[in-house]
Amino acid sequence: MIIGIDVGGTHTDAVLLRNNGIEKRIKVPTDSADLFNTILSGFTQLLDNIDPKEIERVVISTTLTTNAIVQQDMDPVGMIVSAGPGIDPEVFRTGEHYYCVAGSINHRGREKAPVNTMEIEDIAKKLKKAGIEYVGVVGKFCVRNPSHEILIKRMINKHFKKVFLGYQVSGNLNFPRRIATTHLNTAVFSLHKSFFEAVKQSLEEMGLTAPIQILKADGGTMTLESSMSFPGQTVLSGPAASIMGAIPYAPANQDAIVLDIGGTTTDISFLVDKAPLLEPVGIKRGQYKSLIRSLRTDSKGVGGDSVIRVIDKELVIGPDRHGPAMAFGGPDPTPTDALFVLGLMNEGDQKNAQKGIGKIAQKLNLTDKEAADQIFKKCCSIILKKAFEMIDKLNAQPVYTVHEFLEGYKISPRKILLLGRPAPYFAKKIKELYHIETDVVPEFSVANAIGAALARTTCEVSLYADTEQGIVTAHEEDFAESISKTYSDDDLIETAYTLLKEKAISSGADPDDLDEVEVVEFQKFNIVRNFSPRGKIFRTKAQLKPGLIKGFEKVLQ
Amino acid sequence: MLQALHKTGLVFFPAFDWAIDPTHPEREERLLYTQDQVTEEGVFDISGIIEYKPELVTNQDIRRAHFCVPDEKTVTTQSHLISAGGAKAIADAVLNKEVKNGFALVRPPGHHSMRISHGGRGFCHINMEAIMVEYIRSQYGIKKIAVIDTDCHHGDGTNDIFWHDPDVLFISLHQDGRTLYPGSGFPDELGGPNAKGSNLNIPLPPGTSTEGYLYVIRNCVLPILKEFQPDLIVNSAGQDNHYTDPLTNMNFSAQGYAKLTSLLKPDIAVLEGGYSIEGALPYVNLGIILAMAGLDYSGVVEPDYNPERLKQSVSITDKIKKTTDLINSYWNQRDKLRQRAGSVGDLQVRHREIFYDTDNIFERQKEKVRVCRDCGGCFEIDSTATPGPHILAVHIPINACKSCIEAGYRFFDQADKSKFDKVFLQDRTKDTYEIK
Repeated sequence: MIIGIDVGGTHTDAVLLRNNGIEKRIKVPTDSADLFNTILSGFTQLLDNIDPKEIERVVISTTLTTNAIVQQDMDPVGMIVSAGPGIDPEVFRTGEHYYCVAGSINHRGREKAPVNTMEIEDIAKKLKKAGIEYVGVVGKFCVRNPSHEILIKRMINKHFKKVFLGYQVSGNLNFPRRIATTHLNTAVFSLHKSFFEAVKQSLEEMGLTAPIQILKADGGTMTLESSMSFPGQTVLSGPAASIMGAIPYAPANQDAIVLDIGGTTTDISFLVDKAPLLEPVGIKRGQYKSLIRSLRTDSKGVGGDSVIRVIDKELVIGPDRHGPAMAFGGPDPTPTDALFVLGLMNEGDQKNAQKGIGKIAQKLNLTDKEAADQIFKKCCSIILKKAFEMIDKLNAQPVYTVHEFLEGYKISPRKILLLGRPAPYFAKKIKELYHIETDVVPEFSVANAIGAALARTTCEVSLYADTEQGIVTAHEEDFAESISKTYSDDDLIETAYTLLKEKAISSGADPDDLDEVEVVEFQKFNIVRNFSPRGKIFRTKAQLKPGLIKGFEKVLQ
Repeated sequence: MLQALHKTGLVFFPAFDWAIDPTHPEREERLLYTQDQVTEEGVFDISGIIEYKPELVTNQDIRRAHFCVPDEKTVTTQSHLISAGGAKAIADAVLNKEVKNGFALVRPPGHHSMRISHGGRGFCHINMEAIMVEYIRSQYGIKKIAVIDTDCHHGDGTNDIFWHDPDVLFISLHQDGRTLYPGSGFPDELGGPNAKGSNLNIPLPPGTSTEGYLYVIRNCVLPILKEFQPDLIVNSAGQDNHYTDPLTNMNFSAQGYAKLTSLLKPDIAVLEGGYSIEGALPYVNLGIILAMAGLDYSGVVEPDYNPERLKQSVSITDKIKKTTDLINSYWNQRDKLRQRAGSVGDLQVRHREIFYDTDNIFERQKEKVRVCRDCGGCFEIDSTATPGPHILAVHIPINACKSCIEAGYRFFDQADKSKFDKVFLQDRTKDTYEIK
C-alpha cells in the first residue's frame, strides 16, 4: 500500500492506495501555524486499523517552504558571490550577509581571474562573528567550471554547519536565478531538516518505516535524504500534485488543459501526450525567479470563494477571498453562491446565497438568476481566457535554430480536465460555452493526493563536451572525464543516460521506471578558428520524465 | 530586481544549425558564447526586456528592397528569411510602441547585399536593414529614416540601396577601404545626383580606438542627425571593430560599443558582422543590450581589456579629425552639390562592376537615373552576371513625383524583352513588383 498526502493552503488531502483501488481518503483542515500536527493527524486517521508494515511508499507534498518564502520567515544566511565581467552582482543581493568577491570564470569555463583567499578568509570571519551557520557560494559560469566554488567551500567549510554550492543546483545558465535558488536552499535548510526529521521520527514511532519521498515542483519525487541538499525544490509542489492526479485521464497523443479550481485561485497547466509541460528554466512567480525545475503552471485569481463586486456597472470577480461563500456563512457573495441561485448546489444556506447574489443583481438591473448566470459565465471566461493566453505565449516562445523554427510544435488542446470542488458544475458550463470536450477528473476532490502518491522520481542531467579542450563534464553530478577528438553524439548520449540512471536510483527511483528517460536538449557546434576546425562542442540534457509509477493503473479505473 | 529604464525588445536568433560552409567564419558557433553570456546574466529575466520570436520575411518584403536574380528562392535560404524576419519583428514591436527600442541579434548578416542580388557577397545574401526600412515605410508611413552602419566593413549594400534616396540618411563608419574588404566607402562617395550628401562614408585608419569612434559620433554623426531630424534611427551594429576581431585591425571595446549606443540612441539595432566570437561578442552584445535598456553597463569589460595598450596614436587622431571636418563640409554643402549634379529630366549614366566574393559571381551594371528635385528619381539598371542571367531592373521610389513614375513605366514598357532574361519593375509608390 502507498500513502499520498498533499498539504494545501486550506485543506490537507490524504489517500491510502492499494494496487486495486483507493482504500481510504481523508480531508482535514490545514493548520498553517502547525503543519507538523496537520500531517500527523492525517497519518493517524489513515493508519487507523491499518498495519503500518504494509505501507511500502509514502509521498508528502507540503507548503512548508512556500509559506517560509511568502511570510519571509527564513533564516539569515551568508552568501558569497563571484561574478567577473557583466551586470553588477550587487543588484541580486539576498540580504544583509551578501558578499561580492574577486574571481572570474568565462563562458567556456576558463579561469580569467583567481579567487582571493585572504578576502574569503576575512568574509568567513565576519560571517562567523555575525552568528551565521549556513552559507551559499555562487560563481558566474560555475556550471562550466565549479573550481572556484569548490575552493571557497574547502576554505570555509569548517566554520559553518553546511555550505551550499551554486553549481549543484542546476545545469542551466542563469546567474541571478542561481543566486536566488542557492540562497533559498541555504535559508530553508534548517526548517526543512528539523520538520522532516520530526515527521520521520513520529512515523517510525507509529511503526511506519517505509522510505519517505518528497514531492517536487516538477511533479516528481525525491528521497528525504536527497531533499536535504535541495530543500527549495519542494516549493509549489501543491499544483504539481493536482496535475499528476489528472494524468491518467488525459488523452494520449493529444494536448489537454488542466484546471484546478480552488477557493481563491484556479491553477492552469498543460499535458502533452499525458506528460506535463515543464518551465524552460525554473519556477517563476512574480518577481521571484529561480532555477527550480517545475511544471508550467500559472494561476488566476478566480475560485469558488472569490469576492464578487459591481464596479462602474461592471461585474468584477476576485482576485481576493474573504472567507467561504455566503451559503456557508461567509461575508460576501461568491461564485459558489451563484451556483446555489442557479439550483446547481443545495447543501448549504440557500437563503444567504440568494441574498448575496440579489444585491449584485440589483446593481446590474438583472434578475437573480440572470445575475448568477452572468457570474458563472464570467468565471469560466476569465479562466479560459488566461489559459488561451498561456497557450499563445507558449507557442510564441523563441527558438534558436532554423529547424526548430520551421518544425515548431504548436500546442492546441482538444480537451480540458477539471479538478477541485466546483469542478462538475464548471465542466458542464465550459463545454456549453466553448464546445471543447471537458471532463471532470474522477475523485476530483482528492486527485491531488492520488497524484502525489503515484508520482515517480524525476531528475535531469546536463552534459557539456568540448573536444578542443578534450573534456566531457556534468559538474552538477561531479562528473568529468577526458575525451578524444573523435567523441560523438552517441557517446555523449550514452554517458548522459548512464549518469541519469545513477542519479535516478540514488534519488529513490524504482528501477521499473528507468525506461522513461528522454533527451530534452541536444546541440552540436563546430569550433572554427582561422578557417580551420578545431573541435566540437556538444551540449545535452536528459531527463527522467514526470509521470506515474507502474502497477497502480487499476486504482484509477 | 533589475528594471530597465525603458522597454527594450530583443530578437535572438543564433541559427545554431546553419553555416555558409563548415569552416567559414559566419558559422553556427558565432552567437553561441553570446547566448551563453546573455543567458547567464539573466538578461531575459530583466523586467522591461522582452524577447520576440522572429518572423519569416515574405517575397513581397524582399521585393521592396531587392531585385533577386533569378528569384528570391534561389538567392536565399530559410536562415536568411528568418534573420531578416528578426529585424522585421523588432520593427513591429517598436513601431507598435510595445517597446521603446529593440535589438535584433540575428545571423546571417546582410549589409553587403545590394539592390540587385545575384547571390552572396561579404557573407550576405539579402539586406536585413533595407528590407526592414522599406517594410516600415510601406507599413507605417514613416518618411525620414537614418541608418548608421558601425560595422567595421563599409556597408556597401545598404549604401547602394539608398544611394538615390534623399529621405534615408545613410552614414557608414568603417575601416579605410584601402586596407579592408569591400574596398569602398571613401568620403567622396556621397550618393546619386538626387541624394548627394544623404550618403556619408567615414573611413577610419587602422588602429582607431574607442576615443576615435566616439569622436566621430560626437562631432559628426550626432550633429548631422540633429539637423536631419529622422523619424527613426537604425543602427547596423556590426561588432568587428573590436580589438580582438580576427578579420580587421581596429581597437574598439565593449565599453566603447555601449557608450556609442547610449549616445546614438538607435530605435532599432541590427547585428551585422563580428567574428571574435569568444573574446568580443559576448561582452559587446551584453553592453549594447544594457545600453539600449538604459541600464548600467560599467561592469561589462572584456577580461583582458587594457585601455592603455589600446590607446590610439596622435597621427591617427589627427587623421580622424580631418576626415570628420571633410564629411561635415560635404554635409553642409549638400544642397549645392545636388544643384550642381545635373539638370532636371537628364538621365545620368553610371557603370559599375561588382564582385560577389562569397558566391564567386562577377556582375556588370549600367545604371540610368532621372535627375529630379522632387523625389529620389526613378532609375533602371542593366545587369549582367557571370555566371548568371542578364536582366533589366526598374525602380520607382516610394515618394516618386508624377514625372518619375511616368518615366519609370516608360523604362519598363520600352525594355526589349528579347535582349534580357528578365525585366523587373519595382513600383514603390504602389508597393508592386512586376516581372516580364
